[in-house]
This record gives sequence, structure tokens and C-alpha cells, in this order.
Amino acid sequence: MVTLTIDGREVQAEEGVTVLEAARENNIYIPSLCYHEEVAPYGACRLCLVEIAKNGRQRLVTSCLYQVEEGLIVKTNSERIIDNRRMIMELLLARCPNNKVIQDLAKQLGVEKTSFKLEDNQCILCALCVRVCQEVVGVSAISLVNRGVDRQMATPFYEHSEACIGCGSCAYVCPTDAINFEDVGDTRIITMPNSKLEFKLKKCKTCGKYWAPERQLDYIIKKVNLASDAFDNCPDCRD
Amino acid sequence: MKVRDNQIQQRVEPILARYQRDQGLLVSVLQDIQAEYNYLPKEALVQVSQGLDIPLSQVYSVATFFKAFSLKPRGRHLINVCVGTACHVRGAVRILEEIERELNIKPRETTKDFKYTLETVNCVGACALGPIVIVDEKYSGQMKSNKVKPLLEGHG
Amino acid sequence: MRKQQILNRLSSLEELEAIRESLIRSRDPDKTCIVICGGTGCLALGAEDVIDSFRREIQERGLEAKVDLRITGCPGFCERGPLVVIKPESILYQRVRAEDIPEIISETIKGNIVDRLLYIDPNTGEKIIYEHEVPFYKKQKRLIIGDNSNIDPTMIEDYLAIGGYAALGKALFKMSPEQIIEEAKKSGLRGRGGGGFPVGIKWESCRQAQGDTKYIICNCDEGDPGAFMDRSLMEGNPHSVLEGMIIGAYAIGGHQGYIYIRNEYPLAVRNAQMAIKQAEEYGLLGKNVLGSQFDFNIKISRGGGAFVCGESTALMASLEGKVGEPKAKYVHTVEKGLWEQPTNLNNVETWANVPLIIKNGADWYSRIGTEGSKGTKIFSLVGKINNTGLVEVPMGINLKDIIYDIGGGIPGGKKFKAVQTGGPSGGCIPESLLNLPVDFDELNKAGSMMGSGGMIVMDENTCMVDIAKYFIGFLKGESCGKCVPCREGLKRMGEILTDITEGKGEDGDMELLERLSATLIDCSLCALGTTAPNPVLTTIRYFRDEYEAHIKDKRCPAGVCKELITYLIDEEKCPGCGLCIKACPVEAITFMGKKKPVVLDQEKCIKCGSCYDVCKLDAVIRK
Repeated sequence: MVTLTIDGREVQAEEGVTVLEAARENNIYIPSLCYHEEVAPYGACRLCLVEIAKNGRQRLVTSCLYQVEEGLIVKTNSERIIDNRRMIMELLLARCPNNKVIQDLAKQLGVEKTSFKLEDNQCILCALCVRVCQEVVGVSAISLVNRGVDRQMATPFYEHSEACIGCGSCAYVCPTDAINFEDVGDTRIITMPNSKLEFKLKKCKTCGKYWAPERQLDYIIKKVNLASDAFDNCPDCRD
Repeated sequence: MKVRDNQIQQRVEPILARYQRDQGLLVSVLQDIQAEYNYLPKEALVQVSQGLDIPLSQVYSVATFFKAFSLKPRGRHLINVCVGTACHVRGAVRILEEIERELNIKPRETTKDFKYTLETVNCVGACALGPIVIVDEKYSGQMKSNKVKPLLEGHG
Repeated sequence: MRKQQILNRLSSLEELEAIRESLIRSRDPDKTCIVICGGTGCLALGAEDVIDSFRREIQERGLEAKVDLRITGCPGFCERGPLVVIKPESILYQRVRAEDIPEIISETIKGNIVDRLLYIDPNTGEKIIYEHEVPFYKKQKRLIIGDNSNIDPTMIEDYLAIGGYAALGKALFKMSPEQIIEEAKKSGLRGRGGGGFPVGIKWESCRQAQGDTKYIICNCDEGDPGAFMDRSLMEGNPHSVLEGMIIGAYAIGGHQGYIYIRNEYPLAVRNAQMAIKQAEEYGLLGKNVLGSQFDFNIKISRGGGAFVCGESTALMASLEGKVGEPKAKYVHTVEKGLWEQPTNLNNVETWANVPLIIKNGADWYSRIGTEGSKGTKIFSLVGKINNTGLVEVPMGINLKDIIYDIGGGIPGGKKFKAVQTGGPSGGCIPESLLNLPVDFDELNKAGSMMGSGGMIVMDENTCMVDIAKYFIGFLKGESCGKCVPCREGLKRMGEILTDITEGKGEDGDMELLERLSATLIDCSLCALGTTAPNPVLTTIRYFRDEYEAHIKDKRCPAGVCKELITYLIDEEKCPGCGLCIKACPVEAITFMGKKKPVVLDQEKCIKCGSCYDVCKLDAVIRK
């Protein structure tokens, strides 16, 4: 165990955890958008930056990536941090002015308006969708393409991704609701910022309900080595 | 489609072998494929993904990340205008604008007759001779606006 | 053309020295050797025709026994290329054309000089015969780049003949890895790629890091626009880099090396590949180097056109077949780098310094330079300067000396305005600060940085707001796009600067630029973002009046920003000669008859400035 100080409060943390994890375990608020416990930290949104003092030197570090150290002194809301956080928020607000999550977060962080010209995006390029698809689902159906200001989340060639199994994990994990899915009749429609994917849903043999994409079920059957009829019944009709 | 896929596989295979199917050398593989086809055809990228066992999404990300790659067929002649700092200070912008005017295309675009593709490059390391225009690996240094037309016309 | 080729790989220090002896003995130091620069710069000026012409002429006249021809890499005097030096006298001929060759050959074999091809000192009007007396070269200390003229980079035998790989022999057989690291530390060598990190300490950390597989990388992704030192070293003397890497690998305990060469340097790639092949033939690379039991292999990886891949974690990502996205470096790459293994990455010029240090000793090396910056540094001196090219000087030399004594001052009698050092991560140094010693810490104190060594000189006709816009535009195009402050911040800084240069600047723009800069510096994930504001901040700091002219008066004092300038014909000066009419690309100027001033149609004018450039009578005014 390691003892560190966050905002004047002494906390204990296990070795190897990050400052963000230690703060969250102790109900100390540090905002973030691109962090999720299920995937490796990425450090892209920069909202979780905190100020640390070490060997008499002050500097800003990414709390989702920086591991706790004995005797570390952390400040999560110094003036320097607040100013920077607000500027980052202004940048995000200018990028996604019509996104409710961004609007709410901006208000919460004290940002009333942005100094920059307005665009109209929903995606903040946090890459949670991409990382979940790669690290958790394991199919890498989507990725971040292009570079710099042209960066986008997309399927290969902006076409229907052969690798996608239609599970919708990307939609679940998206912090700004830029990805959505809807089950309409026998079809699941996943709407992404730059593509639309459609999947045939499996029909339950017993009750006739359309309940999950066939591709997703086939993938699970293959991966876990189940019988080919393992999912012929929906969860409600299974014994 | 199958015949074409087979053809592509035959041209991509030797390239993968050349780099010992080393995933780390993906960029080098893509460069050789681009040299082969003068751009990166989609089917070739699919072959690379299978041949190197890298997800197609990653191959596509790499192909779109690096400026050297074009996913659209390029013209017979590649014009590279250096827009590095030294060339900029010596007036590269004017040279670029003159070429844009002559060919009616912007950087990353190809003329309708597929004769020229225009690209900008951030410094080729021949700064003493700026502004520089490179057409198909031939360097023309100390360019002036009035040298543009003769340079372009010199490529029949 | 390689005449000698080795049959068996060298397997001992003695064999290496024996081969060297025989190579030196087989060469006649008094034989006339015509040395021609075949580097990318001179090739761009037509050196290929010159080389072909020499080959033909020597062959046709059957002079092979009397005259050697050596095609080398860049000696640095790029402004005057194509460059030809007649050895052993070192007679320098500049701006040589293919048509000059017959005369050069004839006169040279007679022992005469071709006067008209000599360099003329612009200050004295004197013709200078010998290379080392040319002012450009005089104040330099060309320990590293000097060898470019002495070898054909495609022939390892040339490198061996000048003492190449002797340092490797000493390192492998007369020193232990720990001793080599001590020498590196004692020498005070700091990274030449921009970071300036002490090399010996880096090597030591990597050696001590946990893990059996260690990687050695040479960063040749020279991305700073305007810098081409690494290009000329890799093209002109790849073996010096290889030798440095093998010594470093031995000291650290790494067996696999990579040279990452940017895509835009095809000649460097070719020459490096050839050098590796030849070194392998000689047993200087590969299994059991020189019989020492040490194995080391080097692969070449090419960049794909991304400045960000000059950043070490992005470079390593690219080496893993991924996009060049940097990572936070809380765990250093010497401990977890390529494929999560301990990795030692150094720049081309850094590696090239290593054989010198091992051969001559750290004590010798540390006597060159300043307290905090030892050795020499190669700078690319470009932009508005008379003697554009590569200069190698001892650290601590005065910046003014570089620009005036070596660089020959500003062309056209124009006034010096600023010099940008450190590339897009650096800052502009104004005239008032010119009197500073060039070293890592001094440049930092002035608000700029050494960077990889680019020095872009600017004159009174350079608009500093346009320069800031240029750098932000460059970085915006090169940003990987991962983190918000860099991706979104550079976009917005670009918008503000573009507005300012188009006359749409508003009060508060400079303050907004400064606020954005602070966030980029504090919050960006990698050095591309954290250093991006430097050109903007230094130009605001030292040229605030230019910004204010653009914003408040909608005026561009330097006459560069198109929306803010107008070209006018001075009717009193214009004799109607029509030169400008020919130069105008959009036919905006009309001939009105002889001895009558021409008329410029403002509606058609695209402000390209061609008329202004071509008029010799000052009859085109730029407001």
C-alpha cells in the first residue's frame, strides 16, 4: 500500500493503481471522458490532468496514466488546473456545441460559452469505442482513421465492416452518445458518425422474438466452442 | 472478382515475403505496394491484412495516417512541392499557387486526364535550393513562378 | 565502382587492421582525385550531368590511371553547388556545369586552375583557390561532416581507408561495456535530435533496465522543415552511424537495431541499405562481429510521411506497424519501449559522434564546446542567407558569427530580422539577442531551443505573423490528432492567425492565442503539442508591433499577407517596357503604348508579386 495526499487529504492506495483510480476510490472528483475501467487508459481527453509536487517540482500529469507513489502530493483543482480544464472544455464545446453531454459537462466545469467558431460534431475522438472493440470484444471492427484535424472514427473504407458482430458495445461505452443502435423489427441498425451498419437479428424458435444479431451469436459460438443451436432460444425461453 | 483477387494476391505475396511477413514493417510493405500500383488498392490492403494477420481496421488506419499513401489512383506524374520553412521563406507559396492555377487542382488531387498528381512535402532536405519542385524524383531547385509552365510542359 | 570485394568476413581486430593497411597502401595520396558532391542538394542543381560528363571525359581520354573520380555526400556549401574539389590540393570549383568539364580535365592534368570557376569572396573581391580558405568553411570545425568529402558512401573501403571501424575494434576488444558507457558520460555528449539528453546516462539506464531483449534505434526521421543535417550524414557517411550504433549496442547489450529513415529521403535509404550490406560482408555486422562473439543486426524501416514519428514513442509505434501516436512517457522508453522492451533511441548525428569519442577519448571531446554543451553541432543554415548550407561549429560559437562570418549575411543587402532555431518547436531570435553563444541552455534562455539544428534566417521582407501562421499550419497538418489540446487547439490557433493575416483580426486575439498556448504547453500529450506555441509566443514577444499592425491597422508591414497589400504602378517611374506584363500569370497588366506607364487591373490582380519581383526600375509599388 502507498500513502499519498490528494487535495490535502491523505489516502491509501494499492501499488500499481493510477492517481485517477485512487481518487475515485476515495470519492474525490476528477473529470474524464476517455477513461473506462474495462480498457487500458488512453490519455486523450486531457480532462483528468492533475498537478503533482515531487522533489520540489510542480508539474501536470495525466492522472489516468500516472501511477501512485509514496508521498505524492496531488492537487485536482488548483487555479492552473481549473484554467486548463476550462480551456479544454471550451475547445470541446466549440467542436460539439449541440451535444448534451458536452453541454452539461461544460456547465459543470464553469464554462458558459466558447471563444471559438462553432462546428457540429457528436464524436469527441475519445476512442473508447475502438478500444472496447479491440480489447474487450476482440474483433477490431472500427478504428480511428486519418490524422490530426481530419481524424474520424470509421469502419475500414467507410463500408460495412466484415469484422463487426453487431454487439453494440461501442454504443454502450460512447460517452457522448455519438453511436446509437436500434432494433427495428428483424434488423439491428447501428448508427455511427460516419457509417451505418445493419445486422439481421436471430429469431427465437419458441417465442418468435428477434433478440440478438446472428453475427454476434455465431461469433460467440465459435469463440466459446458451443453447439450450433446454442442460441436457438432467447434468454427468456431458455431453461 | 475472384480472378482479380488472385492477381492481386500474386503481386502482394512477394512483397510480404520481402519483409519476412514482419508486422512491424507494415509501412514498408504498404510503400512497396504503392510503388507497384501507384496507389493502395482496397483489395491489396485486404490481402495485407490477411497475410500479416493484422486487423483490416488497423491496416486502414495506417494507410490513412501517413501522408505517403494514396487510396485513390494517382496520375502518371507526381509533383511534389516543398513547403518546408526555408522554401516557404523563399516564396514556395507562390510556386504552389502557380501550379494550382496551371493544373486546376489542389494538393492531394489529380488532374482529370490523370497526367499529374499534386502533393506538398514538408522538406526534402535540399533547403539551399529552395523553392523546390520535384517531378517524378527529378528535383528542380531555385524555382520561380515563370519557370512553372516550362517545367510542366516538359513532361509530354 | 567497387574494385575490391572481400571474400571472408573479418574475424579479428588484427584482420581489420591488416585490411586497412592494405587499402591505404594501395591508394596513392598524391594521385589527382576529382571529388564531386552527389548529395540530394547538388543533384537538384544538376550534379548528375556533371558526374556523367566527368565519367565520359575521363574514359574517352583514357585518364583512369591519372585521375580518380569520387562521388561523395554533402560537404555543406549547398549555395554554390554543384561542387567539385580537386584533391590533393583541395582546389574548390563552384557552380560547375557539365560544359565546364572538358576544360577542368585539361587544366587539371596540366596542373593549372580554372579561374572562372573559383569562389569569389564578396567582401574582398578576391578569388579563393583552396577549399579551406573559403570564409564559409574557415570558422567551421568539421569533425563529423568533414569526412563526407573523403569517402564515397557506397564503398566501405573508403571508410576503412580513413580509419573507419577502428573505434569499433577498440570498443569490442580493448574496453568493457561499462567503460564505454563511462566514456560516453564523461564526454558530455548530449542528444543531437532536439532533446539534448545526456547520452551516457541514457545508455546506462538502458543497460540497467530489466529485460534480455534490448533494441537500439537510430532516429533518421528528420522532420523539422529546413533541417537536413541527418540527410547528408546518412547519405554521405552511413558507416559512421552504423559504427556508432554497433558500439552503443555492445555497451547496452542490445542485438537488434533499427534505422528509421523518413520516406522523403530515398537516397539516404539506398546508401544506408548498401552500407549495411557491405558491413555484413565484412563481418562488422551480423553474427560474431569481428570475431568478438557479439551479434548485432540492423534493419531499415521507412517512415510514411509523418513529422510526429520523430517523437520517440510515435516512432516506436510506427515500428510496430501501428499509427504514429505518441504515448505518455511516465515509464521511460529505455525501460519499456519498442514491443515493451528496453529501447535506446538516439539521433543520427548523435550516433555519428560516438566513434570519434571512442577513438580520441572523452577528455579530448570534452575540451570542445561549452560547460553544458560539448562537442560540435551541425546546423542547416537556410532561408534569407547568402551561404545556405550545412555548417559544423563548436558549441558556444556566437550566433552572430554563424550568420555573418560563415553565412555571409543577408542577400540583396536586406536587413536581418530574425532567425528561427529548433524548427516548429523552437522560437524566433531577434537582432537584439543575436549576440549569444549557441548552446543548449543559452538558446533555451532566449526562449527558443537548439532542436535538431535548423536555422532559418529571415529578413525585413518576412512577415512574422505569417511565419507564426506557417508553423501552426505545419503542426496542425502533422498532429496525430489523439489529444484535444493539440488537435483542437492548433486548429483554433490556425483560424485566429489566418483571420489576422486576412485583415479580420480582432481585439483580444493575441490574448486568446496566449491562453490557448498556455493550455497546449500544459496539457498536450507529447512534445509536438507542448512546443507548438513557441513560434507564436516568441513572435508575439519580439514582434508585437507587427501583430498590432495587422489587427488594428489591417496592414502587413513586411508586405507579405496578400489580403493586406496592394500592388500599384508608379506612373512616374514606369517606362512601359512590358517586363511585368510577361510575368503576370493572370494578364492583369495592360500595355498602353511605348513610353506610357502600364495599367494594373486591381480586380484581376491575384497579388502574386511576380511583377514586383521582375521590375528592375522600382516602378511597382507594394503597399
